[in-house]
Amino acid sequence: MVSLLIRRFAQMIFVMLGISILVFLIFFATPGADPASRIAGRNASPEVLAAVRASFGLDRPLPIQYAVMMRRLFIDQDLTSFVNRGEVVVPEIMGAAPVTLSLVMGAAVFWIFGSIAIGLIAAATKGSFLDRLLMVLGLIGISMPVYWLGEIVNLITQKDLHDTWLFSWVPQLGYTALTEDPWLWFKSLLLPWITLAILYIGLYGRVLRASLVEAGQEDYIRTARSKGLSESRILVRHALRTSLISFVTLFGLDFGALVGGSALLTEVVFALHGVGRLTYQALLDLDLPVIMATVMYASFFVVFANALVDILYGILDPRVRVA
Amino acid sequence: MSSSLPATTEVGEGLAAVPRPALGPWARAGRKLVADRTAMGALGLFILIVLACLAAPLYATYVAHTDPFTSNVEGSITVDGQDVDLIQPSTEGLGLGSVPLGPTWDYHAYFLGADAQGRDVAARLLYGGRNSLLIGGASTAICLFLAALTGLVSGFFGGVTDMLISRLLDVLWAFPIYLLAISLSIVLISHGFTIGPFEITSGSLWLPIWIIAIVYVPYVARPIRGQVLALKESEFVLAAKGLGVPDWRILLRDILPNVMTTIIVFVPLMVAINMLTESALSFLSIGVQAPDASWGTIIQDGQDLIYTRPWVAIAPGIAIVLTVLALNILGDGLRDALDPRAKLRIR
Repeated sequence: MVSLLIRRFAQMIFVMLGISILVFLIFFATPGADPASRIAGRNASPEVLAAVRASFGLDRPLPIQYAVMMRRLFIDQDLTSFVNRGEVVVPEIMGAAPVTLSLVMGAAVFWIFGSIAIGLIAAATKGSFLDRLLMVLGLIGISMPVYWLGEIVNLITQKDLHDTWLFSWVPQLGYTALTEDPWLWFKSLLLPWITLAILYIGLYGRVLRASLVEAGQEDYIRTARSKGLSESRILVRHALRTSLISFVTLFGLDFGALVGGSALLTEVVFALHGVGRLTYQALLDLDLPVIMATVMYASFFVVFANALVDILYGILDPRVRVA
Repeated sequence: MSSSLPATTEVGEGLAAVPRPALGPWARAGRKLVADRTAMGALGLFILIVLACLAAPLYATYVAHTDPFTSNVEGSITVDGQDVDLIQPSTEGLGLGSVPLGPTWDYHAYFLGADAQGRDVAARLLYGGRNSLLIGGASTAICLFLAALTGLVSGFFGGVTDMLISRLLDVLWAFPIYLLAISLSIVLISHGFTIGPFEITSGSLWLPIWIIAIVYVPYVARPIRGQVLALKESEFVLAAKGLGVPDWRILLRDILPNVMTTIIVFVPLMVAINMLTESALSFLSIGVQAPDASWGTIIQDGQDLIYTRPWVAIAPGIAIVLTVLALNILGDGLRDALDPRAKLRIR
């Protein structure tokens, strides 16, 4: 177990190193992409460009630039933005993180309960009209672009219906900190939660149903049935338990990616200033230090979630532990 | 290949006692797919959408008599015998600003209304669909080719090649897809890309096509590599090796046909995912560039009009949902027909 953990940790470090180099190469070494000309603006004279290069350290060799940036990001933690000069990157990300965490964790609650309910109902009524209906609804959920769904939600709740009793509770788009006003925090995030969760409810509900149906053919389910257990008990206590393994795998990876900033489309549509939006803004401004930091932040969560899933796998599934 | 049942099991109840000749696995899968009415309905819908989009120039020229790519802010059309400006002064709020014409629900002109530049949204929707479908299809072809190549090579040859490729895929895998796609798009969109003789200009559709193709390679290559690893140890491959068949021949004649079903099942699912990715990039204005349109760019055009002229954004969204839904259903049907026991699942 300990050697597994150490190996996993080494792998994490390696992957994050790889990502940092990849991002660095994308933004610094792609032919035609010159960070200095972005900072200086269009039609900048060669002298201005040279001055910008010197002042941002862009005239130094690439490996040195990379090393300096990594040191300032991880060791000194004083890396500053290229665009808003003087703004330190690390606290900026830490300030945006609670917004993203609030969004993703709330949505996760919806999608865990929603998809387990859908998966169980569909598997229990396998082949019925209800089963087919739920699966088609799930597919529709998967097929909707999340930003478009968000706009439709805004259209419904912020325009005409906003003046009726139905949606008058919906606050203006934006984020209120939990510590500031918990009730407003809840109200302002409820619709983003549901919007973000719908895709995953569809996806996970379908995966769960498939794996429940598959589990139904296993020997241990037949054993449970021959012991005289009730169908609902078999479904929930025996079939669901093994089916949750693939569920946990998916969940870990998606949750990690979302916390890292993949929820940016939802954040953009609902005007939530989270990590995803910060990343997107930095990308648009070609604000390299911020890009570097946010991408490292994102990849940390993905890599960490990957490792966690591997370890959880062993705990949840005795078969893996033996092998 | 899927389970190879003996042909006799096909002669079941209700069938004539004459034994049918055994069907090949492809023919059996084909029959199963054709018998799947939901999948066939989805295929029909998809073909209909493709045909409608291909007919965009015909619609614009002969039915709507409009050029959906030039702005027409000063223009006016006749609705119910009255002249109506395409861009009207706003009646909402303080009455400042302007709103484009709303939907006329008359397919001869401005069926879905005009956008902020006075262009016919319905005609743009059809033209945009051409680009969305083209990008979805082309990036899928490139992605599956690259993924099959890497999966086959790294799974079959193992060793250092496998280690290098797998580690590279690990890195790409841990990079959130959207962030990678957005990063590449932002860097490349303003300058284009040149490697040796290959040049992609900044507004070219090839840019999103290549970017989307590359970011999804790890997701397809991994399952293919896994399959190849298992196949490599199978008896027929060992037998071929024992007979001294050269590696490349084993790869092409014994292994590739066996992973082909996986690749085919991926096709509709990847087109669906790639179209969603393209629309997201275009929505963030780093996908398809003006004057070209795609469903994503039209939704973005409609974002500012969402409270006044919601149909500009609603219509392309519905088009995306219908297309992606049809592809997903078709993908499900294909999987059931070709690979009933496979656990292939992608986003």
